[in-house]
Amino acid sequence: MNYKNLFPIFSHHPELAFLDSASTTQKPQAVIDSISDFYSHDYANVHRGIYKLSETSSELFESSRETVKNFINAKKSSEIVFTRGTTESINLIAATWGEENIEADDEIILSTLEHHSNYLPWLNLATKKHAHIKKIPLTDDLTLDLDAYEKLLSSKTKLVTITALSNATGEIIDLKKIITLAHKFNATVIVDAAQSISHLKTDVQDLNCDFLVFSGHKMFGPTGIGILYGKAEILDKIPPYHTGGSMVVNIENDTPTYHAPPQKFEAGTPNIAGTIALKQAIQFIQKIELKNIQTHCQDLTSQARQILEQYPNLTIHSPKANNSIFSFSIEGIHPHDISTIFDSENVAIRAGHHCAKPLMEALKVPATARLSLHLYNTPQDLDKLDLAIKKCFKIFK
Amino acid sequence: MDLYSEIILDYYKNPRNKTLLETANKTATEFNSTCGDKITIYLEVADDKIIQARYQGDGCAISQASTSMLTEKLIGLSVKEAQELKIHDIFQLLGVEINPGRIKCATIGLIATQKALKI
Ligand SMILES: Cc1ncc(COP(=O)(O)O)c(C=O)c1O
Repeated sequence: MNYKNLFPIFSHHPELAFLDSASTTQKPQAVIDSISDFYSHDYANVHRGIYKLSETSSELFESSRETVKNFINAKKSSEIVFTRGTTESINLIAATWGEENIEADDEIILSTLEHHSNYLPWLNLATKKHAHIKKIPLTDDLTLDLDAYEKLLSSKTKLVTITALSNATGEIIDLKKIITLAHKFNATVIVDAAQSISHLKTDVQDLNCDFLVFSGHKMFGPTGIGILYGKAEILDKIPPYHTGGSMVVNIENDTPTYHAPPQKFEAGTPNIAGTIALKQAIQFIQKIELKNIQTHCQDLTSQARQILEQYPNLTIHSPKANNSIFSFSIEGIHPHDISTIFDSENVAIRAGHHCAKPLMEALKVPATARLSLHLYNTPQDLDKLDLAIKKCFKIFK
Repeated sequence: MDLYSEIILDYYKNPRNKTLLETANKTATEFNSTCGDKITIYLEVADDKIIQARYQGDGCAISQASTSMLTEKLIGLSVKEAQELKIHDIFQLLGVEINPGRIKCATIGLIATQKALKI
Protein backbone atom coordinates (compact mmCIF):
# COMPACT_ATOMS: atom_id res chain seq x y z
CA MET A 1 0.00 0.00 0.00
CA ASN A 2 1.35 3.44 -0.94
CA TYR A 3 0.28 6.13 1.51
CA LYS A 4 2.52 8.84 0.06
CA ASN A 5 -0.24 10.54 -1.91
CA LEU A 6 -2.10 11.35 1.33
CA PHE A 7 0.71 13.79 2.17
CA PRO A 8 0.88 16.93 -0.04
CA ILE A 9 4.55 17.57 0.75
CA PHE A 10 5.49 14.70 -1.54
CA SER A 11 3.67 16.12 -4.53
CA HIS A 12 5.94 19.17 -4.13
CA HIS A 13 9.03 17.02 -3.50
CA PRO A 14 8.39 13.86 -5.51
CA GLU A 15 12.04 12.78 -5.29
CA LEU A 16 12.29 13.15 -1.54
CA ALA A 17 12.95 10.09 0.62
CA PHE A 18 11.99 11.56 3.97
CA LEU A 19 13.71 9.36 6.57
CA ASP A 20 13.49 11.77 9.50
CA SER A 21 10.03 11.13 10.95
CA ALA A 22 11.39 10.54 14.45
CA SER A 23 12.21 14.24 14.40
CA THR A 24 8.82 15.25 13.06
CA THR A 25 6.23 13.69 10.76
CA GLN A 26 4.80 15.14 7.56
CA LYS A 27 1.15 16.19 7.56
CA PRO A 28 -1.81 14.63 5.74
CA GLN A 29 -4.20 16.83 3.75
CA ALA A 30 -6.97 16.58 6.38
CA VAL A 31 -4.74 18.10 9.07
CA ILE A 32 -3.56 20.92 6.80
CA ASP A 33 -7.14 21.68 5.70
CA SER A 34 -8.42 21.66 9.25
CA ILE A 35 -6.21 24.62 10.20
CA SER A 36 -7.32 26.77 7.30
CA ASP A 37 -10.98 25.72 7.68
CA PHE A 38 -11.01 26.57 11.34
CA TYR A 39 -9.56 30.06 10.83
CA SER A 40 -11.92 30.65 7.88
CA HIS A 41 -15.15 29.39 9.46
CA ASP A 42 -15.09 28.97 13.21
CA TYR A 43 -12.36 31.04 14.80
CA ALA A 44 -12.84 32.79 18.14
CA ASN A 45 -11.29 32.46 21.58
CA VAL A 46 -12.28 29.48 23.71
CA HIS A 47 -14.04 29.41 27.10
CA ARG A 48 -14.59 33.17 27.11
CA GLY A 49 -17.06 34.73 24.74
CA ILE A 50 -20.79 34.46 25.33
CA TYR A 51 -21.52 34.37 21.62
CA LYS A 52 -22.07 31.63 19.08
CA LEU A 53 -18.68 31.70 17.42
CA SER A 54 -16.84 31.35 20.71
CA GLU A 55 -19.13 28.51 21.68
CA THR A 56 -18.43 26.69 18.41
CA SER A 57 -14.72 27.19 18.86
CA SER A 58 -14.90 25.92 22.46
CA GLU A 59 -16.90 22.88 21.38
CA LEU A 60 -14.36 21.99 18.70
CA PHE A 61 -11.55 22.48 21.20
CA GLU A 62 -13.17 20.26 23.83
CA SER A 63 -14.10 17.63 21.28
CA SER A 64 -10.40 17.32 20.52
CA ARG A 65 -9.81 16.59 24.19
CA GLU A 66 -12.47 13.89 24.03
CA THR A 67 -10.78 12.38 20.97
CA VAL A 68 -7.42 12.27 22.76
CA LYS A 69 -9.05 10.73 25.82
CA ASN A 70 -10.55 7.92 23.74
CA PHE A 71 -7.38 7.46 21.70
CA ILE A 72 -5.28 6.68 24.79
CA ASN A 73 -8.21 5.20 26.76
CA ALA A 74 -8.09 7.64 29.67
CA LYS A 75 -10.93 7.41 32.18
CA LYS A 76 -11.96 11.05 31.99
CA SER A 77 -11.33 13.88 29.58
CA SER A 78 -10.27 16.04 32.55
CA GLU A 79 -7.15 13.86 32.66
CA ILE A 80 -6.04 15.34 29.32
CA VAL A 81 -4.11 18.63 29.58
CA PHE A 82 -3.03 20.50 26.44
CA THR A 83 0.52 21.82 26.39
CA ARG A 84 2.99 23.00 23.74
CA GLY A 85 4.58 19.60 23.38
CA THR A 86 6.30 16.72 25.15
CA THR A 87 9.03 19.04 26.43
CA GLU A 88 6.53 21.35 28.09
CA SER A 89 4.50 18.43 29.46
CA ILE A 90 7.55 17.00 31.22
CA ASN A 91 8.66 20.40 32.52
CA LEU A 92 5.12 20.90 33.83
CA ILE A 93 5.31 17.66 35.80
CA ALA A 94 8.76 18.53 37.15
CA ALA A 95 7.66 22.01 38.22
CA THR A 96 4.43 20.88 39.90
CA TRP A 97 4.43 17.24 40.96
CA GLY A 98 8.23 17.19 41.16
CA GLU A 99 8.54 20.34 43.27
CA GLU A 100 6.03 18.96 45.77
CA ASN A 101 7.16 15.36 45.91
CA ILE A 102 10.91 15.10 45.35
CA GLU A 103 12.95 15.56 48.50
CA ALA A 104 16.59 15.29 49.55
CA ASP A 105 18.05 11.80 49.02
CA ASP A 106 15.10 10.63 46.93
CA GLU A 107 15.99 8.75 43.78
CA ILE A 108 14.73 9.34 40.26
CA ILE A 109 15.21 6.45 37.85
CA LEU A 110 15.40 7.14 34.15
CA SER A 111 17.06 5.32 31.28
CA THR A 112 20.22 5.89 29.29
CA LEU A 113 17.93 6.20 26.27
CA GLU A 114 16.04 9.29 27.42
CA HIS A 115 15.68 12.34 25.24
CA HIS A 116 17.15 15.46 26.90
CA SER A 117 13.60 16.64 27.54
CA ASN A 118 13.09 13.69 29.89
CA TYR A 119 16.51 14.06 31.48
CA LEU A 120 17.41 17.73 32.01
CA PRO A 121 14.23 18.72 33.92
CA TRP A 122 14.96 15.84 36.34
CA LEU A 123 18.67 16.53 36.53
CA ASN A 124 17.95 20.15 37.44
CA LEU A 125 15.26 19.23 39.94
CA ALA A 126 17.53 16.62 41.53
CA THR A 127 20.35 19.14 41.84
CA LYS A 128 18.03 21.68 43.44
CA LYS A 129 16.50 19.19 45.87
CA HIS A 130 19.68 17.19 46.58
CA ALA A 131 18.01 14.12 45.14
CA HIS A 132 19.77 11.56 42.90
CA ILE A 133 19.40 10.43 39.29
CA LYS A 134 19.88 6.71 38.60
CA LYS A 135 20.25 5.66 34.98
CA ILE A 136 19.12 2.26 33.71
CA PRO A 137 22.08 1.04 31.61
CA LEU A 138 22.04 -0.84 28.31
CA THR A 139 23.06 -4.44 27.81
CA ASP A 140 25.69 -5.39 25.22
CA ASP A 141 22.96 -6.00 22.65
CA LEU A 142 21.86 -2.37 23.16
CA THR A 143 18.58 -3.14 24.90
CA LEU A 144 17.56 -1.64 28.20
CA ASP A 145 18.95 -3.73 31.06
CA LEU A 146 15.80 -4.62 33.01
CA ASP A 147 17.71 -6.73 35.55
CA ALA A 148 19.78 -3.68 36.38
CA TYR A 149 16.55 -1.69 36.62
CA GLU A 150 15.15 -4.06 39.24
CA LYS A 151 18.30 -3.62 41.29
CA LEU A 152 18.03 0.17 41.12
CA LEU A 153 14.54 0.17 42.60
CA SER A 154 14.25 0.74 46.34
CA SER A 155 12.16 2.53 48.91
CA LYS A 156 14.12 5.66 47.95
CA THR A 157 12.73 5.54 44.40
CA LYS A 158 10.17 8.33 44.04
CA LEU A 159 9.93 8.49 40.28
CA VAL A 160 10.56 6.26 37.27
CA THR A 161 10.42 8.20 34.00
CA ILE A 162 10.88 6.27 30.80
CA THR A 163 10.54 6.48 27.05
CA ALA A 164 8.13 4.02 25.39
CA LEU A 165 10.12 3.87 22.14
CA SER A 166 13.68 5.16 21.94
CA ASN A 167 14.10 8.06 19.51
CA ALA A 168 17.71 7.06 18.95
CA THR A 169 17.75 3.25 18.80
CA GLY A 170 14.14 2.34 18.04
CA GLU A 171 13.86 -0.09 20.95
CA ILE A 172 10.31 -0.77 22.14
CA ILE A 173 10.39 -0.69 25.92
CA ASP A 174 8.58 -3.26 28.08
CA LEU A 175 6.52 -0.61 29.87
CA LYS A 176 4.22 -2.98 31.69
CA LYS A 177 7.07 -4.68 33.46
CA ILE A 178 8.73 -1.37 34.33
CA ILE A 179 5.51 0.17 35.66
CA THR A 180 4.43 -2.87 37.69
CA LEU A 181 7.83 -3.07 39.36
CA ALA A 182 7.91 0.67 40.06
CA HIS A 183 4.51 0.59 41.68
CA LYS A 184 5.66 -2.15 44.06
CA PHE A 185 7.90 0.54 45.53
CA ASN A 186 5.15 3.18 45.40
CA ALA A 187 7.11 5.13 42.80
CA THR A 188 5.27 7.41 40.37
CA VAL A 189 5.74 6.55 36.68
CA ILE A 190 5.92 8.91 33.70
CA VAL A 191 5.85 7.49 30.17
CA ASP A 192 7.36 9.55 27.35
CA ALA A 193 5.23 8.40 24.43
CA ALA A 194 6.55 10.99 21.95
CA GLN A 195 7.82 8.32 19.56
CA SER A 196 5.45 5.46 20.31
CA ILE A 197 2.16 7.35 20.01
CA SER A 198 1.95 7.10 16.22
CA HIS A 199 3.37 3.56 16.05
CA LEU A 200 2.04 1.51 18.95
CA LYS A 201 -1.30 1.21 20.71
CA THR A 202 -1.44 3.31 23.87
CA ASP A 203 -3.85 2.39 26.68
CA VAL A 204 -3.13 4.35 29.84
CA GLN A 205 -5.51 2.29 31.98
CA ASP A 206 -3.96 -0.95 30.88
CA LEU A 207 -0.45 0.45 31.40
CA ASN A 208 -1.49 2.00 34.70
CA CYS A 209 1.11 4.76 34.28
CA ASP A 210 0.64 7.90 36.38
CA PHE A 211 1.56 10.34 33.62
CA LEU A 212 1.98 9.98 29.86
CA VAL A 213 3.18 12.69 27.50
CA PHE A 214 3.44 13.21 23.75
CA SER A 215 3.56 15.81 20.96
CA GLY A 216 1.12 16.42 18.11
CA HIS A 217 3.82 17.01 15.51
CA LYS A 218 5.24 13.49 15.72
CA MET A 219 1.82 11.94 15.04
CA PHE A 220 0.91 13.74 11.78
CA GLY A 221 -0.48 16.72 13.70
CA PRO A 222 0.67 20.33 13.92
CA THR A 223 3.58 21.74 15.93
CA GLY A 224 2.95 23.62 19.16
CA ILE A 225 0.42 21.18 20.59
CA GLY A 226 1.27 18.52 23.14
CA ILE A 227 -0.52 16.33 25.61
CA LEU A 228 -0.10 15.63 29.26
CA TYR A 229 -2.15 12.76 30.58
CA GLY A 230 -2.24 12.48 34.38
CA LYS A 231 -4.36 10.30 36.64
CA ALA A 232 -7.24 12.42 37.95
CA GLU A 233 -6.34 11.90 41.60
CA ILE A 234 -2.81 13.21 40.95
CA LEU A 235 -3.82 16.18 38.81
CA ASP A 236 -6.33 17.20 41.50
CA LYS A 237 -3.61 17.40 44.11
CA ILE A 238 -0.75 19.14 42.35
CA PRO A 239 -0.43 22.94 42.06
CA PRO A 240 -0.86 24.87 38.81
CA TYR A 241 2.07 25.42 36.44
CA HIS A 242 1.63 28.73 34.62
CA THR A 243 -0.79 31.15 36.18
CA GLY A 244 -2.86 33.79 34.42
CA GLY A 245 -6.07 33.92 32.46
CA SER A 246 -8.57 31.07 32.09
CA MET A 247 -7.31 29.01 34.99
CA VAL A 248 -8.70 30.85 37.97
CA VAL A 249 -12.30 30.70 39.29
CA ASN A 250 -12.15 33.68 41.57
CA ILE A 251 -9.72 35.98 43.37
CA GLU A 252 -10.70 37.74 46.55
CA ASN A 253 -8.35 39.59 48.89
CA ASP A 254 -5.44 38.47 46.73
CA THR A 255 -6.39 34.83 47.26
CA PRO A 256 -6.98 32.92 44.03
CA THR A 257 -9.14 29.82 43.70
CA TYR A 258 -8.13 27.70 40.73
CA HIS A 259 -10.26 25.73 38.32
CA ALA A 260 -10.26 21.95 38.50
CA PRO A 261 -8.04 20.09 36.01
CA PRO A 262 -7.53 20.39 33.09
CA GLN A 263 -8.25 24.16 33.16
CA LYS A 264 -5.97 24.57 36.18
CA PHE A 265 -3.01 23.75 33.91
CA GLU A 266 -4.09 25.67 30.82
CA ALA A 267 -3.35 29.32 31.57
CA GLY A 268 -3.62 31.81 28.72
CA THR A 269 -5.04 31.53 25.22
CA PRO A 270 -4.09 28.09 23.97
CA ASN A 271 -3.06 26.85 20.53
CA ILE A 272 -6.69 26.54 19.45
CA ALA A 273 -6.20 25.71 15.77
CA GLY A 274 -3.42 23.26 16.56
CA THR A 275 -5.56 21.50 19.16
CA ILE A 276 -8.44 21.18 16.74
CA ALA A 277 -6.18 19.91 13.96
CA LEU A 278 -4.77 17.32 16.36
CA LYS A 279 -8.19 15.66 16.33
CA GLN A 280 -7.85 15.27 12.56
CA ALA A 281 -4.43 13.70 13.01
CA ILE A 282 -5.82 11.18 15.48
CA GLN A 283 -8.75 10.38 13.22
CA PHE A 284 -6.31 9.92 10.36
CA ILE A 285 -4.42 7.32 12.42
CA GLN A 286 -7.66 5.65 13.46
CA LYS A 287 -8.86 5.44 9.88
CA ILE A 288 -5.65 3.81 8.70
CA GLU A 289 -5.46 1.81 11.94
CA LEU A 290 -2.38 1.52 14.10
CA LYS A 291 -1.99 -2.17 13.30
CA ASN A 292 -1.61 -1.31 9.59
CA ILE A 293 0.89 1.43 10.37
CA GLN A 294 2.78 -1.09 12.46
CA THR A 295 2.85 -3.75 9.75
CA HIS A 296 3.90 -1.22 7.12
CA CYS A 297 6.70 0.14 9.30
CA GLN A 298 7.87 -3.32 10.42
CA ASP A 299 8.20 -4.43 6.78
CA LEU A 300 10.23 -1.34 5.95
CA THR A 301 12.30 -1.76 9.10
CA SER A 302 13.41 -5.26 8.09
CA GLN A 303 14.14 -4.10 4.54
CA ALA A 304 16.21 -1.22 5.88
CA ARG A 305 18.11 -3.61 8.15
CA GLN A 306 18.96 -5.85 5.20
CA ILE A 307 20.35 -2.86 3.32
CA LEU A 308 22.42 -1.59 6.25
CA GLU A 309 23.75 -5.06 7.07
CA GLN A 310 25.27 -5.44 3.59
CA TYR A 311 28.08 -3.04 4.49
CA PRO A 312 30.83 -4.35 6.76
CA ASN A 313 32.08 -0.85 7.59
CA LEU A 314 28.65 0.28 8.71
CA THR A 315 27.72 -0.25 12.37
CA ILE A 316 24.08 -0.34 13.46
CA HIS A 317 23.54 1.10 16.95
CA SER A 318 20.04 -0.33 17.32
CA PRO A 319 18.97 -3.61 18.90
CA LYS A 320 17.77 -6.50 16.73
CA ALA A 321 14.09 -5.92 17.46
CA ASN A 322 13.80 -2.21 16.72
CA ASN A 323 10.86 -0.28 15.40
CA SER A 324 11.29 2.17 12.51
CA ILE A 325 14.40 3.85 13.87
CA PHE A 326 18.08 3.04 13.20
CA SER A 327 21.12 4.81 14.50
CA PHE A 328 24.25 3.93 12.57
CA SER A 329 27.77 5.03 11.82
CA ILE A 330 30.14 4.41 8.96
CA GLU A 331 33.82 3.90 9.68
CA GLY A 332 35.87 6.94 8.75
CA ILE A 333 32.89 9.08 7.73
CA HIS A 334 31.41 11.56 10.16
CA PRO A 335 27.58 11.54 10.51
CA HIS A 336 27.45 15.16 9.29
CA ASP A 337 29.16 14.18 6.09
CA ILE A 338 26.87 11.16 5.72
CA SER A 339 23.80 13.36 5.97
CA THR A 340 25.16 15.95 3.54
CA ILE A 341 25.90 13.25 0.98
CA PHE A 342 22.50 11.64 1.59
CA ASP A 343 20.89 15.03 1.03
CA SER A 344 22.57 15.27 -2.37
CA GLU A 345 20.68 12.05 -3.20
CA ASN A 346 17.39 13.46 -1.81
CA VAL A 347 17.52 11.31 1.28
CA ALA A 348 16.71 13.28 4.44
CA ILE A 349 18.19 11.83 7.64
CA ARG A 350 19.34 13.27 10.93
CA ALA A 351 22.94 13.46 12.08
CA GLY A 352 23.95 14.36 15.59
CA HIS A 353 23.42 13.27 19.16
CA HIS A 354 19.59 13.18 18.80
CA CYS A 355 19.24 15.04 22.10
CA ALA A 356 20.45 11.86 23.79
CA LYS A 357 23.92 12.63 25.16
CA PRO A 358 23.79 9.89 27.84
CA LEU A 359 23.22 7.33 25.07
CA MET A 360 26.08 8.73 22.96
CA GLU A 361 28.33 8.37 26.02
CA ALA A 362 27.20 4.76 26.45
CA LEU A 363 27.83 4.01 22.76
CA LYS A 364 31.15 5.88 23.01
CA VAL A 365 30.47 7.94 19.89
CA PRO A 366 30.05 11.73 19.67
CA ALA A 367 27.20 11.42 17.21
CA THR A 368 25.42 8.99 14.91
CA ALA A 369 23.43 9.10 11.71
CA ARG A 370 19.79 8.22 12.24
CA LEU A 371 17.16 7.13 9.79
CA SER A 372 13.53 6.80 10.79
CA LEU A 373 10.58 5.44 8.86
CA HIS A 374 6.87 6.09 8.79
CA LEU A 375 3.66 5.48 6.94
CA TYR A 376 4.55 7.44 3.80
CA ASN A 377 7.86 5.68 3.22
CA THR A 378 8.19 3.13 0.44
CA PRO A 379 10.65 0.44 -0.69
CA GLN A 380 11.76 2.99 -3.35
CA ASP A 381 12.87 5.31 -0.54
CA LEU A 382 15.03 2.48 0.73
CA ASP A 383 16.54 1.96 -2.74
CA LYS A 384 17.58 5.60 -2.54
CA LEU A 385 19.02 4.96 0.89
CA ASP A 386 21.14 2.18 -0.56
CA LEU A 387 22.42 4.41 -3.38
CA ALA A 388 23.19 7.16 -0.89
CA ILE A 389 25.26 4.80 1.26
CA LYS A 390 27.16 3.64 -1.82
CA LYS A 391 27.88 7.27 -2.68
CA CYS A 392 29.36 7.87 0.79
CA PHE A 393 31.77 4.99 0.26
CA LYS A 394 32.64 6.22 -3.20
CA ILE A 395 33.45 9.76 -2.06
CA PHE A 396 35.39 8.71 1.03
CA LYS A 397 36.96 5.59 -0.59
CA MET B 1 29.71 16.55 -5.15
CA ASP B 2 31.77 19.75 -5.18
CA LEU B 3 31.85 19.92 -1.40
CA TYR B 4 33.98 16.82 -1.05
CA SER B 5 36.81 17.95 -3.28
CA GLU B 6 40.12 16.10 -3.45
CA ILE B 7 41.76 18.76 -1.33
CA ILE B 8 39.14 18.72 1.45
CA LEU B 9 39.24 14.94 1.60
CA ASP B 10 43.03 15.05 1.66
CA TYR B 11 43.06 17.38 4.67
CA TYR B 12 40.42 15.19 6.35
CA LYS B 13 42.42 12.00 5.88
CA ASN B 14 45.85 13.57 6.45
CA PRO B 15 45.26 16.50 8.75
CA ARG B 16 48.11 18.98 9.13
CA ASN B 17 49.00 20.50 12.52
CA LYS B 18 46.74 18.12 14.41
CA THR B 19 48.73 17.67 17.62
CA LEU B 20 49.04 19.15 21.04
CA LEU B 21 51.24 22.26 21.17
CA GLU B 22 53.24 22.22 24.40
CA THR B 23 54.43 25.81 23.94
CA ALA B 24 50.94 27.23 23.40
CA ASN B 25 50.15 30.37 25.36
CA LYS B 26 46.66 30.88 23.91
CA THR B 27 44.16 28.09 23.69
CA ALA B 28 40.38 27.66 23.45
CA THR B 29 37.81 24.94 22.80
CA GLU B 30 34.65 25.23 20.74
CA PHE B 31 31.70 22.83 20.49
CA ASN B 32 29.29 22.11 17.70
CA SER B 33 26.11 21.50 19.64
CA THR B 34 24.27 19.67 16.85
CA CYS B 35 26.77 16.83 16.71
CA GLY B 36 28.79 17.14 19.89
CA ASP B 37 32.06 17.73 18.02
CA LYS B 38 34.76 19.54 19.90
CA ILE B 39 37.83 21.37 18.56
CA THR B 40 40.67 22.76 20.66
CA ILE B 41 43.02 25.33 19.17
CA TYR B 42 46.57 25.88 20.46
CA LEU B 43 48.42 29.07 19.56
CA GLU B 44 51.86 30.29 20.42
CA VAL B 45 51.91 34.07 20.24
CA ALA B 46 55.01 36.22 20.60
CA ASP B 47 55.32 39.96 19.89
CA ASP B 48 51.75 40.04 18.62
CA LYS B 49 52.53 37.40 16.00
CA ILE B 50 51.26 33.84 15.79
CA ILE B 51 54.37 31.74 15.52
CA GLN B 52 52.79 28.33 15.90
CA ALA B 53 49.25 26.94 15.53
CA ARG B 54 47.93 23.43 16.17
CA TYR B 55 44.61 21.79 16.93
CA GLN B 56 43.06 18.66 18.37
CA GLY B 57 39.62 17.09 18.24
CA ASP B 58 37.61 14.91 15.91
CA GLY B 59 34.87 15.93 13.58
CA CYS B 60 33.48 15.86 10.09
CA ALA B 61 35.46 16.38 6.90
CA ILE B 62 34.47 20.03 6.75
CA SER B 63 35.45 20.88 10.32
CA GLN B 64 38.70 18.93 10.11
CA ALA B 65 39.76 20.34 6.74
CA SER B 66 38.80 23.92 7.58
CA THR B 67 40.54 23.87 10.96
CA SER B 68 43.63 22.21 9.58
CA MET B 69 43.86 24.69 6.69
CA LEU B 70 43.26 27.53 9.09
CA THR B 71 46.16 26.55 11.34
CA GLU B 72 48.45 26.67 8.31
CA LYS B 73 47.20 30.11 7.40
CA LEU B 74 47.47 31.43 10.97
CA ILE B 75 51.20 30.82 11.27
CA GLY B 76 52.90 34.14 10.58
CA LEU B 77 49.80 36.29 10.90
CA SER B 78 49.61 39.14 13.40
CA VAL B 79 47.04 38.78 16.17
CA LYS B 80 45.04 41.58 14.58
CA GLU B 81 45.06 39.92 11.16
CA ALA B 82 43.84 36.67 12.72
CA GLN B 83 41.09 38.45 14.58
CA GLU B 84 39.89 40.00 11.37
CA LEU B 85 39.47 36.70 9.51
CA LYS B 86 35.91 36.13 8.34
CA ILE B 87 33.76 33.21 7.14
CA HIS B 88 34.60 34.23 3.61
CA ASP B 89 38.30 33.57 4.26
CA ILE B 90 37.41 30.03 5.33
CA PHE B 91 35.37 29.49 2.16
CA GLN B 92 38.41 30.64 0.23
CA LEU B 93 40.64 28.12 1.99
CA LEU B 94 38.13 25.34 1.36
CA GLY B 95 37.52 26.44 -2.22
CA VAL B 96 33.72 26.09 -1.83
CA GLU B 97 30.77 27.90 -0.33
CA ILE B 98 29.21 26.00 2.55
CA ASN B 99 25.44 25.79 2.92
CA PRO B 100 23.81 27.20 6.08
CA GLY B 101 23.37 23.83 7.79
CA ARG B 102 27.12 23.24 7.74
CA ILE B 103 28.46 26.76 8.48
CA LYS B 104 29.28 25.84 12.05
CA CYS B 105 31.39 22.92 10.81
CA ALA B 106 33.36 25.26 8.56
CA THR B 107 33.88 27.95 11.18
CA ILE B 108 34.38 25.97 14.39
CA GLY B 109 38.18 26.34 14.17
CA LEU B 110 37.98 30.06 13.42
CA ILE B 111 35.61 30.64 16.35
CA ALA B 112 37.94 28.75 18.69
CA THR B 113 40.94 30.74 17.38
CA GLN B 114 39.30 34.10 17.88
CA LYS B 115 38.12 33.04 21.32
CA ALA B 116 41.68 32.04 22.24
CA LEU B 117 43.11 35.34 21.03
CA LYS B 118 40.66 37.33 23.15
CA ILE B 119 41.76 35.69 26.38
C1 LIG C 1 11.42 10.37 22.89
C2 LIG C 1 11.23 11.85 22.78
N1 LIG C 1 10.89 12.55 23.86
C3 LIG C 1 10.69 13.87 23.80
C4 LIG C 1 10.86 14.58 22.64
C5 LIG C 1 10.63 16.06 22.64
O1 LIG C 1 9.50 16.38 21.93
P1 LIG C 1 9.13 17.89 21.56
O2 LIG C 1 10.35 18.47 20.91
O3 LIG C 1 7.98 17.77 20.63
O4 LIG C 1 8.78 18.59 22.82
C6 LIG C 1 11.23 13.90 21.49
C7 LIG C 1 11.45 14.64 20.23
O5 LIG C 1 12.42 14.53 19.56
C8 LIG C 1 11.42 12.50 21.57
O6 LIG C 1 11.79 11.80 20.48
